[in-house]
Amino acid sequence: MRKILVGIKRVVDYNVRIRVKPDNSGVVLDGVKMSVNPFDEIALEEALRIRERGEAEEIVAVSIGPDDAQQQLRTALAMGADRAILVKHDGMLEPLTVAKTLMAIVSREQPELVILGKQAIDDDNSQATQMLSALWDRPQVTCASKVEIKGNTLSVVREVDAGLETLEVDLPAVISADLRLNEPRYVKLPDIMKAKKKPLDVVEFASLNVATPGQLTATHYEPPKARAKGVMVKDVAELISALKNKGLV
Amino acid sequence: MNFGLTDEQSMIVKATKDFVENELYPYEKEVEETAFLRPELHRELKQKAIDAGLYAANMPVEVGGAGLDPVAWILYEKELGKAHYALHYNCVGRPSNILLACEGEQREKYLFPSIRGERVDCLALTEPSAGSDVRGMKTTAILQGDEFVINGTKHFISHADHADFVILFAASGEEESPRGKKKLITALLVDMGTPGFEVRPGYKNVSHRGYNNCILEFNDCRVPKSQMLGELHKGFEVANTWLSATRLQVAATCLGRAERALDLAKQWSVDRVQFGQQIGKFQGVSFKLADMALELRAAELLTLEAAWKLGQGTATDSDMAMAKLKATEMLAMVADEALQIHGGMGLMSDLPLERIWRDARIERIWDGTSEVQRHIISRSLLRPLGG
Repeated sequence: MRKILVGIKRVVDYNVRIRVKPDNSGVVLDGVKMSVNPFDEIALEEALRIRERGEAEEIVAVSIGPDDAQQQLRTALAMGADRAILVKHDGMLEPLTVAKTLMAIVSREQPELVILGKQAIDDDNSQATQMLSALWDRPQVTCASKVEIKGNTLSVVREVDAGLETLEVDLPAVISADLRLNEPRYVKLPDIMKAKKKPLDVVEFASLNVATPGQLTATHYEPPKARAKGVMVKDVAELISALKNKGLV
Repeated sequence: MNFGLTDEQSMIVKATKDFVENELYPYEKEVEETAFLRPELHRELKQKAIDAGLYAANMPVEVGGAGLDPVAWILYEKELGKAHYALHYNCVGRPSNILLACEGEQREKYLFPSIRGERVDCLALTEPSAGSDVRGMKTTAILQGDEFVINGTKHFISHADHADFVILFAASGEEESPRGKKKLITALLVDMGTPGFEVRPGYKNVSHRGYNNCILEFNDCRVPKSQMLGELHKGFEVANTWLSATRLQVAATCLGRAERALDLAKQWSVDRVQFGQQIGKFQGVSFKLADMALELRAAELLTLEAAWKLGQGTATDSDMAMAKLKATEMLAMVADEALQIHGGMGLMSDLPLERIWRDARIERIWDGTSEVQRHIISRSLLRPLGG
């Protein structure tokens, strides 16, 4: 395989407690710690392992987001991606636009494999992989927990409700990474310093001429209702009777 | 003036933090309770630190380190400093910068293996009768022909029990000065196992359990002249060139532990309910938190500024002293108040607080006492005026 494309999204760090802006127009991002979407880290780690096995030559990390998303791409480069592309766009993008933008990059780069996170931990849409597969007209496997390359086919184990399912698809293909696919490596300190010298191209979103359907707009954000105070029960019997009293069992 | 971190610096913080929290925190209780770092655990964690490129990251790229600039190095030290001292110092080694003074064969024998984690250095200055008065040292290294003959005792020598060689400072002669006779000091590299050189266990003490101090005894110990680090009688010059930054290292590790103590105190202030409300709503607690955060911020800015100046080549002894003094005294205050906010629970070994509180005590003593730091600062104020 010549090339793997990996999606890297800049999201609010998973340790941060999300707060909604007072005017309900979005979540507070000012001064909030931002990180690489954890599932994207897993996607990149898988690409790195494939390359380390000698089954791929180049890894390209791509992000769609504001200028600051360069930080997350630098992390990807420090982890081991060979180069990075930032499609510069401020503000929200709906999943189909994300998929179309990725398709534009796929057309340019012609990778044999695209690995994305199964979802981003901010909006939890989980649609880009499926939509990209349709636009690209190539096979998809979502929620991968094991990936093997056999010549021109990809054997992927995925976690489904009934257990584990193994699918074989022809390359090129797009897959999405699940939590148990791997454990991402620590970024090595010397590699962080070296990442500075790796190429990072910035492409203006407008220059890709991606049609933006504009079917979705976010009008109002609200935090989940605060959890009501619980009660302590002595034993299972008391629990059952409490649940019965509330009409829950 | 830009106070922001670069992308690289932010990544270094994250990489170090991830390692410390995932690999070192789980073993803190064991090391603290046993005051012992199991050799197999030591080996395993050290290898992980080497694999993560954290080991010897303080060293320049040209010699195999990560080449962190001084600000990045301080941020890295701060994150490491959050963990138990015996774990972070023994497993994520930072070879003494003084080894950069190695020349020729010394580089192959001491500098490079130290950076690769194959050999470990320790530094021996302090003696039973030479603490702050370093030049009062009685250990001698007298050049006889092509050999130094070493005699004397060093104590409080940190991690000598884990070291393969010692960077030794000893009196090699005397010269006349306006204030009487002045000892001349030479730095030497002495391998463990050299005949006439013995390492003995040091004292049990209140801080940093499992990170041991040792006593070094030299009895007619002979080492070839080639073991000299720097020039004859120029030991302090070598030390002054390379060692001033270790005071910033002390400051940075204090910042890390203070941040951890403050985080614990913040969390406890919202979790703990007394008299029907979170204790953080009582002014007695909230004002403590405000003062702790303020002191921490002040110490951090002072330390980072000194690091930045170190990178610019404009750092003075007074800058280093101010950072060390402020950060170590700040840690004492923050650890004590964090413990106070926790009440009785703060004294229990279930939380890392009582350890942080005990460990804080040494920081105002080693690498120059608070009094020595104040002396350095005041001297820099008055000397220009003829004082």
